[in-house]
Amino acid sequence: MRGGDSREILVEMRGITKRFPNVLANDRVDFTLLRGEVHALLGENGAGKTTLMNILYGLYRLDEGEIWIKGRRVNIRSPRDAIRNGIGMVHQQFRLIPTHTVAENVILGLKEAGFYLNYSDINERLREIISFYGWNISPSARVWQLSAGEKQQVELLKALYRKADILILDEPTSVLTPQETTQLFATLRKMAGEGLGIILISHKLDEVMQVSDRVTVMRRGRVVATKPTRETNPNELANLMVGRPLITSFERLNKPSEKPILRVENLRVLDDKGLPAVRGVSFTIRRGEILGIAGVTGNGQQELAETIAGIRKAVSGKIILDDMDVTNKGSMFMIRQGVAYIPAESSKCVAYQMSVAENLVMKSFRYEPFSKSIVIDWNSIKQHAERLIDAFSIVTPSPNTRAGNLSGGNIQRLILARELTGLPGSSAPKLIIATYPTRGLDVAATEFVRRTLIQNRDQGAAILLVSEDLEEIMMLSDRIAVMYRGEIVGVLEQREFDVEVIGMMMTGAKRGEAA
Amino acid sequence: MADVAWIESVLSGAVQAGTVYLLASLGEVYAERSGILNLGLEGMMIIGVAVSFIFTNALGHGAALLVTMLVGGLVALILAFMAVSLRLNQIVVGLALTLFGLGLSGFITSAEIRKGILLSLNPNLSEATLVTQQAPKLPNIAIPVLSEIPLIGEPLFNQNILVYVSYILAIVMWFVLFRTRFGLSLRSVGENPAMADAMGVNVYLMRYIATVIGGMLGALAGAYLFIGYQPFWQEGMTQGRGFISLALVILATWSPLRAILGAYLFGGVEVLQFRLQLLGVGAQTPQFLLMLPYLVTIVTLTLLSFEGVKKRIGVPAALATPYSRE
Repeated sequence: MRGGDSREILVEMRGITKRFPNVLANDRVDFTLLRGEVHALLGENGAGKTTLMNILYGLYRLDEGEIWIKGRRVNIRSPRDAIRNGIGMVHQQFRLIPTHTVAENVILGLKEAGFYLNYSDINERLREIISFYGWNISPSARVWQLSAGEKQQVELLKALYRKADILILDEPTSVLTPQETTQLFATLRKMAGEGLGIILISHKLDEVMQVSDRVTVMRRGRVVATKPTRETNPNELANLMVGRPLITSFERLNKPSEKPILRVENLRVLDDKGLPAVRGVSFTIRRGEILGIAGVTGNGQQELAETIAGIRKAVSGKIILDDMDVTNKGSMFMIRQGVAYIPAESSKCVAYQMSVAENLVMKSFRYEPFSKSIVIDWNSIKQHAERLIDAFSIVTPSPNTRAGNLSGGNIQRLILARELTGLPGSSAPKLIIATYPTRGLDVAATEFVRRTLIQNRDQGAAILLVSEDLEEIMMLSDRIAVMYRGEIVGVLEQREFDVEVIGMMMTGAKRGEAA
Repeated sequence: MADVAWIESVLSGAVQAGTVYLLASLGEVYAERSGILNLGLEGMMIIGVAVSFIFTNALGHGAALLVTMLVGGLVALILAFMAVSLRLNQIVVGLALTLFGLGLSGFITSAEIRKGILLSLNPNLSEATLVTQQAPKLPNIAIPVLSEIPLIGEPLFNQNILVYVSYILAIVMWFVLFRTRFGLSLRSVGENPAMADAMGVNVYLMRYIATVIGGMLGALAGAYLFIGYQPFWQEGMTQGRGFISLALVILATWSPLRAILGAYLFGGVEVLQFRLQLLGVGAQTPQFLLMLPYLVTIVTLTLLSFEGVKKRIGVPAALATPYSRE
């Protein structure tokens, strides 16, 4: 059903304007959705795409503009109104009650269900939908037993059961494995074939190219283009999205040396609940090399990174940095050895109530020139902060601003600035442990983080990069190790990189089986 | 010693004593399922005792039960207002209501005040009724055929009307909780109020309703304690039964049906320790028995600390957590 413009217009949004304090989130936005199409809404974080869809779903009220649904002008004040107009939305965070069954989650809040819930009828109808789309969930299963992909199917079920024909999905692939993503896209195509209109909010170019019929690109609250997908290409979309060409691949200046910086030998670590999280992991990283750790989140990557950074104890095994055994020496020791740690959650390493300048010296305030005997020299701290704010382009009103007032991207720049500078008098970091360093960042901030890591690599740092973004990990790494249930199932050299193979290995398949 | 008649009378006593716990914990199951922890249950129960004491003597059983439930509902409305609308700490508000209930019940039953209330309700009362500490007990109704069943017939089916009401309530409340849209909304509100709100469930209304049901049944339990079990007024005569009912809700893992078994276990232990004392069994045994229900409750609580058990049973995740729309 691709192409063709004679189809029914399901949604027409005209001149939508939405103001938040100090921000024009949507500026006279026009958007149309046709029956039977998958329409991608592409843009960076903060471009206004989620705001636009939240207006359509009744979560925000529009300030100006009109919404027409199937030829009728409508006034959508709440999700209830949206549902009545046949709109369903799958949010980034699932809105499900884990202890309830699939059927209970679907039926919740549905007036039409009547007072007595006849579960045999309800389950029967659910099973019809489930088998039509070739899913594998049981209506009476409890939601906590399901995988992320299956939970998403429950969200889709909720919309389908309510007979929605307009479906909004907000960044639906961010929690899925490559295989689950493929399945989701097949489902979306099938839904479009059934005559539904699907809006896919995304910032991933490859997904948009793969699954959509048309794409609307937003930048800074405005629509910059709407095009049929087959008449455009990823480069053009990236330019439209960011307003300038992006660096999508990084040239390597020099080969990694043979000298290993980090050697991990048969490392075993427990998680917070005392269960084995890392089970006998061994690898080495050489000078000027990036080793990517791929895997579905929660397979021990976090614990592995924390143990090398010295903030989690190893049960057994060895961590050798520059020929010195540093196992279980603690974080302070590792910092002094030139180990930088960029954690997954910035909340874990930024004090939101403290100023940008204070956060920037959190590792180094014990040393000259920031401390003179027991007295802290605020002047030199401030100068230091100004230098880093400049070097890392941190957008902040002043060094004295509370860190909590910065945007996500700027907090990440702050962390990079602190971690990658090293202690006064010492050189650049020897080893950088970066876990999910671009999670939640927009395209420009992501590019900055990646470029910074590459620069450090070229200056000779060894980098351990944990990420669930396969595109990122393949772009940056020299080698990729795939982790599954606390073990490394295989290591791939750059020439062997392949999304399918890595995806299979992420679900536990050994290298031979996957290839 | 353990002949059939003795066993029958102990079982009968267990049901009679347990009905107090059953009525109170049924209401509390609804309140907690909706996310409201009612530590004022003891207070609502003792108010129920006092109100039923006065109204039974003035207007008879029927009116007394009606008014008791009304008053219990009103006191619960205070809790709901503070905990749901004002989002105050439920533990503090609940304990305050318990102390309030103990005080209020003592006040309205003090000789002069009580006489005044009784006369204003019914000027024709005799002098003896104005000063009595007692009230007529609800009559037992033997259900034909069923009460003839050996051993359990007499204990289960020769009781007063409130005992039968408690059976029906337990079944109906279980059905409503797990098989109707209302019940699903109520449980969802106690699990994840923000999500329930997003799905169009009125979180505040559901919590108000559940809390008021809890208060009405808490007071009804008090009324049963008095006119159905021990119709002789003593100040503070609930003796912590409200708090025991709170423990029972945990033991019953928030299920109205399991509350029946828990209630009779608690009731049975209460009766048995009394009977054993009469038989002259060493004093340690009854004391040990009294401890048992709490031991079981503690074991239950411990089990509930395991994530897997918690998920399977469905401990209300948002219990005692106020909800506000961002």
